[in-house]
Amino acid sequence: MNSATVRNLLVRGMLAGLGAGVLALIAAYFLGEPNVDRAIGFEDAHAHEHEVELVSRSLQSTAGLATGVLLYGVAFGGIAALAYCVALGRVGRFTPRATALLLSGCALLAVYVVPFLKYPANPPAVGDADTIGKRTTLYFLMMVLSVLLAIAATILGRRLAPKLGTWYATVAAVAAFAVVIGLAYAFLPVVNEVPAHFPATVLWRFRLSALAMQVILWGGFGLLFGELAERMLNPRPTKAEEDRAMAAAPN
Amino acid sequence: MAQHVAQPTATTPALPATLPLKAIAPWAVFFGILMLVLLYFVGAEQGATAVVSGTGVHEWVHDARHLLGFPCH
Repeated sequence: MNSATVRNLLVRGMLAGLGAGVLALIAAYFLGEPNVDRAIGFEDAHAHEHEVELVSRSLQSTAGLATGVLLYGVAFGGIAALAYCVALGRVGRFTPRATALLLSGCALLAVYVVPFLKYPANPPAVGDADTIGKRTTLYFLMMVLSVLLAIAATILGRRLAPKLGTWYATVAAVAAFAVVIGLAYAFLPVVNEVPAHFPATVLWRFRLSALAMQVILWGGFGLLFGELAERMLNPRPTKAEEDRAMAAAPN
Repeated sequence: MAQHVAQPTATTPALPATLPLKAIAPWAVFFGILMLVLLYFVGAEQGATAVVSGTGVHEWVHDARHLLGFPCH
């Protein structure tokens, strides 16, 4: 029974992730792609040698983009659903739907926004090819650190709640998270590889569109998955059951 | 008196019961790893490290990688 519940939530999480991925893909195509094209225009104007195109731009910006964004949605949808199975009933007095949106908001912050503030998304032409190893390591390190600290903060909050009360326990846990993340920001190396004369507005708009995609992805996921989980865990009584309850009521 | 049994209504929604961690663990291990492998292929394959040779995977998900915030090249 419990194992089946986990399986059903996992399937719904992956489906909701796919749905949210479609929404994020629309944002990526209309908000993000124009900035990718402008950045590639800058790259082409400043490149000394031109590489042979293995995958054409028109494929990269459509089918390739869709593959990446949808797989990302499904994968994080699955992981979030598993986290949801653990969080359900353990993080406070929330309904299934509210738990889903809360988890989704925390995931947006821990998985994306916190790493983004230290190592923001970069358009093509920004970033030295020789440092890709270092940048990849730092980015994933920041992401893993942020997610683990968010989990630790949640556990800390739960431990403190009986002593301090829910409000102050939450404030203390969030403050502890912020302090440790602040230390990581201060001590991890800075990456700044924006080429000279790269248009600042393109960089800013690219990063805003990348952030918008994630807000849409996780917001969409929270609402979609919350709806599916609520209907699964608290099924609405059918018409026949409602009638029976009405007939059985003393008044 | 006996009729006053707590029933979930619109004002007092039913709060969920917790799922035992033992029931979650097998799913979390298997699907968790599968999902992480998917993320690796979207986010990092043929960037810093490569399982498949060439640059086909990298070039195919190129735009998604940039827009999802992963270091690309």
